[in-house]
This record gives sequence, structure tokens and C-alpha cells, in this order.
Amino acid sequence: MTMSTGSNFGFADIEPNSQEALDESRQLTYIAAISEALREEMERDPNVLMMGEDIAGSFGGAFKVTKGLEEQFGARRVMNMPMCELGFVGAATGMALMGLRPVIEMQFADFITSAFDSIVQYAATNYYRWQGAVPWVIRAPSDGGLRSGPFHSQNPEAWFAHAPGLKVVTPATPADAKGLLLAAIRDNNPVIYFEAKPLYRSLKGYVPPGDYVVPIGVANLVRSGDDLSIITYGAQLREALTAAGRLAAEGIHADVLDLRTVKPLDTEAILTSARKTGKVLVVHSATQLLGVGAEVASLIADQAFEWLDAPVRRLGGLDVPVPFSPPLEDAYRPNAEKIYQIAKELAEF
Amino acid sequence: MTKTCLTRDQQLELYYWMRLTRTLDEMAVALWKQGRGVGGMFSQRGHEAISVGSGFALGPDDVVAPMHRDHGCYLLRGLTPRRIMSNLLGRATGVTRGRDANMHGVGDLNFNLIGFISHLPQSLPVALGAAMSFVYRGEARVAMTYVGDGSTSEGLFHETLNLAAVCQAPYILIIENNQYAYSTPLPQQMKIEHLADRAAAYGIPGVIVDGNDVEAVYAVVKDAVDRARAGGGPMVIEAKTMRMMGHAIHDGAEYVPRELLAEWERRDPVVTYEARLMAAGVVDQVEIDEIKQRCAVEITDAIDYAESSPFPDVATVTEGVYAL
Repeated sequence: MTMSTGSNFGFADIEPNSQEALDESRQLTYIAAISEALREEMERDPNVLMMGEDIAGSFGGAFKVTKGLEEQFGARRVMNMPMCELGFVGAATGMALMGLRPVIEMQFADFITSAFDSIVQYAATNYYRWQGAVPWVIRAPSDGGLRSGPFHSQNPEAWFAHAPGLKVVTPATPADAKGLLLAAIRDNNPVIYFEAKPLYRSLKGYVPPGDYVVPIGVANLVRSGDDLSIITYGAQLREALTAAGRLAAEGIHADVLDLRTVKPLDTEAILTSARKTGKVLVVHSATQLLGVGAEVASLIADQAFEWLDAPVRRLGGLDVPVPFSPPLEDAYRPNAEKIYQIAKELAEF
Repeated sequence: MTKTCLTRDQQLELYYWMRLTRTLDEMAVALWKQGRGVGGMFSQRGHEAISVGSGFALGPDDVVAPMHRDHGCYLLRGLTPRRIMSNLLGRATGVTRGRDANMHGVGDLNFNLIGFISHLPQSLPVALGAAMSFVYRGEARVAMTYVGDGSTSEGLFHETLNLAAVCQAPYILIIENNQYAYSTPLPQQMKIEHLADRAAAYGIPGVIVDGNDVEAVYAVVKDAVDRARAGGGPMVIEAKTMRMMGHAIHDGAEYVPRELLAEWERRDPVVTYEARLMAAGVVDQVEIDEIKQRCAVEITDAIDYAESSPFPDVATVTEGVYAL
């Protein structure tokens, strides 16, 4: 099992620091990294199976993540489900109680609400109540910027982070997409794995071959600087790095911390960065109001107050349903330009 | 009443489990009325033939997800009265170590028991998932679960039965039709007479059984279990009965007509089975009294054990949210 890649995570302005990271054959898109993780884990563990809508056969899912899996593993292990998210997440819980490891594809993260009771009431609470472990993973294709409207663009991670008993992971790079998925499948608890649709085919980077696991709950300092911290996760990491590159050209150097896991939060990594720079901007695509950023800001106010040189700032989506029309969606959503502007204000504070 | 195919020992066992369930219920109700209970409590009265007759039809490797009126099933699967009573009283020695209330969450995979949650019918798909795991692994096991008349109105009832049919899962669903969902009577819940009729919508056989006749329940469930084990797929069984007390201990159920209760009181599943066994010469009064005494001793011991058990250590409140 390898734990560190030494790669540039697919981001051009970060220098890779190892030779293997330059291996062309291991430059995978974010979506290919997910598919690879699924296939390799199914080869490794006969208890791992896939469930979801339209995932089987030559169709292979709405985004083709599971394409070829039924061919390789059969319909027994790649199970097309009728349209009943509440029902099949509940069934996955029963399979998990019997020792299987179902990986559920939610066709879009937006549809996960149909299964809310099964997730937050049943699966999340089960171990605390009677110690029946529920080792399933829900893969939830989330986030927007793709002009897909209110019901194909959502980022509902905060709802699930609020439910005791769940783990919530949000990979931002191809390597983490693989490493966190393997960790999620092997975890003995229900894990919601929010994969970022905007990165699927637009982000490519070095992905270690074979059994590569990124532990849940460990953040990653992707870029180091002393002037301020940009703390983010998911698709906004790419935006944050773009903004940080532009700031660096102006002599402002930012820590860019990728949380990688929303629950459990890597509080040490957050506090270490906040105490180093004294200025923090938290960024996520999800609605800012009562979002994950509020928890991060509260943690910093609570435990790093004396180190702060400026108010903790947040940048998230507006408190509106994700709008469809391009100018409206762009107004809704954080991006590199908005991050740059607030970061600059912070640096000059 | 059905013609029996049971041995005398089996009949005595059925009677014992029903009497134990009834005794547990009566002593628990008394405990709550004395103010010694913790939180709420759901009476089983009237449901004993369903939970005992159905649970008795399963093999030890089969999986069952009972609900709050199925104490008989929990008991005969192997949960002791001590662990049950300790759970009712929120003690560290209860099945959920004080984590979940009354009979909620009383699961123990050592006995192939899956606990339920308040959001009925959330156990339906979970038990189905267990059945799907048996198909996945090629095991000759079945999964069974229960639902009341009330939660057959939930969308998840439809989702689960449809999925069970699609998967041809070895899955048995018992509808305990006790005529009231809390205070709402059947005519305000649905416009059909028999809930078993709903099974036809999914291509699943649906049968009706007298839920107050333990041998009839056993016989119909045993057929369903054998059929499912042989690969015949899921089955829905509607057991018709009456909830003889309120929804929970706090509820006087004044909304239920007294004459309806009186009519069902004459069909009490424990009393009628006892009379039937006596009339058939299977047991005499001495044996019946012995069984009753044995049950009273067991439940008294369970109450003593529970009341002298410690409450959970507050220092453990955050422990066990996540599996290692």
C-alpha cells in the first residue's frame, strides 16, 4: 500500500517531486481513477458489489463510471436497480449487515434526498444503537458549473456531515478519487463519497497503480505559503489553486489546504494552517449559509483566535437553488476569480 | 382452526413462548403503571400468535427483522428476558446498552436478529437486503420481516415489494393488520379490504391468515419459508388481528369502540390456544399452571436483574458511534 504520490495532483502549476509521477501511462482523468478503484477493489474482494440505476451492461451508468464492470464481474455483482433510492439504499444496509460491501451509485447527488431516511435514520445510527456495522459506500456525483440546473448540480454534503454515524469524503484530485474510494469501501461505516462532476473528464493527473489508499480524515496541504490560508475541498480546489497561482505572481503566498474529508474533519491541519498564516478563507461550492465553512470558521475562532490577523472569511454558493442559465449559475458559484478577490482583500487586511 | 401437523412438544413450545410473551407484557405494563418504567412502552397484547407462530417457522440461520409488537419473535430467537427488560429500562446490560428506547434497535446478529427504527417500514428493505445477500452467496437462507397496517401506506412498502419481486429474493413480509395506525382506523387508511391484495401489484403471492391462531400462522409462514428457501421468491402474508391496548403505554385508545375490543377479547390468542390444547387433551391444568409459573419466575427474575443493573456510564456516551 502506497500512501504518498509525490505528484502534482493534476495541477499544472505544482511541480511534481518524483519521477514516477511523470509516468504518462498513469496520468488518469478523475473519472478513470474512480472506475479503476472500483474494478480493482472488485477483483480484490468478492464481497464488493455495485448497485444503482442504469449502471449495468454496455450502458455503464449515466457517466459511464461502471462501464465494463458487468462484463467482467457479471450481473450478480453489478446490479441494476429499479428507480427506488430509498428502497435500494435500505437493501444495501441489509447486505452490509450480512458482511457484503455494497457500493451504491446515486445517479446524481441531487437524488440522494429520496433515500434520506435510509441513510441518516437507519444506516447512520445503527452501530451506535446495536453495534451492527454497515459498511456501504454511496457514490454521489455532485457539483455544478455544467449548466445542469437546480436538480443536477447540488452539493448536499453538509446535511450528511450533520448526521452522527456517517463519514463524508470529497476528493479533489484523480489520485484522491482512487485512494479515498478504496478507503471508503474498506471502512466499516456508511460513507458518502461525493465525486465532483466538473472534474470528471477535465482534470487529469498521476494516479498510483495498485493498492493505493488515502486515509479518511487526513487533509492535504497542496500548496504552501505564509500570507493566508485557503481551505477548501472538491471541485473548488482547482479554483483555489488557480487563484493562488495568480496571487503568488503578485507576491502573495497562500497555503492551500484540501480537506479531502468533510467528516471527520482534520482539525489539526486546519488549526496548523490558520495559526501559521493568521488569515483564512474557506471555500466550497455548496451553499455558504450553514455550510461546512461555518464549522471550519467556528473551529478557528474557538481554537486559533489569538493567531488571527483578520476575520475568517467564507465563500460558498448563494442561498438560492442552483440556477440554470450560465450568467446566473456563474453568479451563484464560487470560482477562481472570486477566490482571488477575497484572498487579496484578506492579504491586504 | 387449522388441523395441526405439529408434535406435542412443538405445541407446548408455541404455548410457552406465547405465555412468556404475554407475561413479559403484563408485568411490563404493571411496571410502567407503578412508575418504574423508563420512557415509553409498547404492549404486545393480541399479537403473540403472529410473532411466535412466524418466528417458530424460521431456521436458526434465517434472518428476521421484527418490530415493536414482536416480543415473541425476539424471545424465541434467543434474546433473554433479562436483556430485553434491561433494554426497556435503559440499563447498560440491555441489548442497546441504553442507546435505544424500549424495543427499538434490539438487533443482535448472533441470533440473526435485525433491530428496527421508528420510521416504519424502514426494516422492509433492510431485511430484503439480507435476503439479497443470500442470493448473492448462494446460501439456502431466508429473511423475514414485519409491518403494521399503517406503514403499508408508505412509499417504501411499494419500493421494497417491487424490488423483492424483481430480485426473486427469499423474503417473507408479514403484515400485522391490527386495524389501527395509532388512532387512525383502517377505513381512513385505505380503500381495500385485504392488505394481502396489494401483493398482486408486484407479482407476489399474498395470503391471509387468522393472526390470533398460532398454528395457522405457523403453517402459512412455514409454507412461505420452504417455498422461498427452494427459490420460489417472496411472499406477503397478512395476519389479521386487533391491537388490544393503546399505541403505547400512554395511550388509553378511547378512540377504539369498546365492543370491538370485547369481540376480539373472546379471540385472545393465548387464552384460546390454551383452551384448545386442554380440550384436545394435549395438556392438563397442572402443566398449564407449571408453564405459567415458569414464565412468571423468568420475568420476575428479568425485572430484578434489570432494576439492579447499572445505567450506562456517562463517560461512554460518545463511544461506539463508528465501527472500527
